[in-house]
Amino acid sequence: MPHDHASHDDPHALLPSDPALRVKALETLLVKKGLIDPAALDEIIDTYENKIGPRNGARVVARAWSDPVFRAALLEDATTVVSDMGFYGRQGEHMVAVENTDAVHNMVVCTLCSCYPWPLLGIPPGWYKSDAYRARVVREPRKVLADFGVNLPEEKAVRVWDSTAEMRYLVIPQRPAGTEDMDEDELMELVSRDSMIGTGLAGQP
Amino acid sequence: MGGRFGDGAVKPEPEDVKFHADWHPRAMALTVATGAVGAFNLDMSRHARESLSPKDYTRFSYYEKWMGGLANVLVQTGVLTSEELAGTVEPAPSPLAERKLSADKVAGVLAKGGPVDRPSNIAPTFKTGDAVIARKFAENEKVSGGHTRLPRYAAGARGHILRLHGSHILPDSNAHGFGEAPEPLYAVVFPASELWQHPEHPRDEVVVDMWQSYLLPAP
Repeated sequence: MPHDHASHDDPHALLPSDPALRVKALETLLVKKGLIDPAALDEIIDTYENKIGPRNGARVVARAWSDPVFRAALLEDATTVVSDMGFYGRQGEHMVAVENTDAVHNMVVCTLCSCYPWPLLGIPPGWYKSDAYRARVVREPRKVLADFGVNLPEEKAVRVWDSTAEMRYLVIPQRPAGTEDMDEDELMELVSRDSMIGTGLAGQP
Repeated sequence: MGGRFGDGAVKPEPEDVKFHADWHPRAMALTVATGAVGAFNLDMSRHARESLSPKDYTRFSYYEKWMGGLANVLVQTGVLTSEELAGTVEPAPSPLAERKLSADKVAGVLAKGGPVDRPSNIAPTFKTGDAVIARKFAENEKVSGGHTRLPRYAAGARGHILRLHGSHILPDSNAHGFGEAPEPLYAVVFPASELWQHPEHPRDEVVVDMWQSYLLPAP
């Protein structure tokens, strides 16, 4: 892609235009300044590639489905409840759980950037950060759901949560029928990442 | 960009896809680690990304925006000089180097997070159910072209208070070094018909988190 920096004089234009070289140049410079430890970068990447991901959120949902007392506490004060499970941290300091019902389907977006509950769901997927999702889901949530192969019943309303502040939202999908005998670990398998953002539904047993 | 037309389809992807190029995780980690040094706050960092020229904002991929914003905010806050960025001088050691995030501290720093709720002298003036109108302009009240988290599509719209989240740091102040200025933060629910000429469904709603100074009582 051609890069035309002639139109402005932002400092970033002083870096190489190729993105991979740009990251490398900035990292090298910050290491020389004594501000960055490359081993810390490896550790951060390992954390979000391998340790923190949507299985954390799936554990929360499966427990909410299984335990009415837990569910009530989660809807009342999600931050405390998920912290007690060890799921507190960067980009998950202030949590709210919102529950899908027969009347309302919840979806989460950040139209201004890409705010997302990292401790519960990990790094946001590419589509969550895309212009298309950020632009469209607030205006035409059903058409966005159709892109995910999801069709809602006509009578169901959609409530879209735009994460404009530091509140982070976790959708509790509806528990599928026929799962009465399943335990928490089995239920977790039905909880996809997308179902906790609201672009999917829980899987069928 | 909320509500914009013409962006095309959303493309789902499997959960195990974390990044789409080798430099993406590096860009993410570099941003997180540099932020931990504390030379700038989260709101300054967001404002730097949003202040990229419209041309760059449009053509840059997601993590390119992060790199562009990071380079700009590092120069704006004096952590780097333009000459260092351009590679025309040998980089000078930073006085902030003692705050460098070391590998053994990463887990602790990520787990600790950075909560933004604060005690505030400003009492909540709205309660759940109150009708409100969002400010007419999605602009910073004090700084022309400054930072705000009021999305344009909700400016001037009428909704009601769904819940009070507590008092949080005001980005419009914090992004410009005017202090944290915490004030009450609310979830405000707007009927889709209040935001769009052609809502998909008569009972659809959009909830937007808004600080008290973004809101006026509805007549």
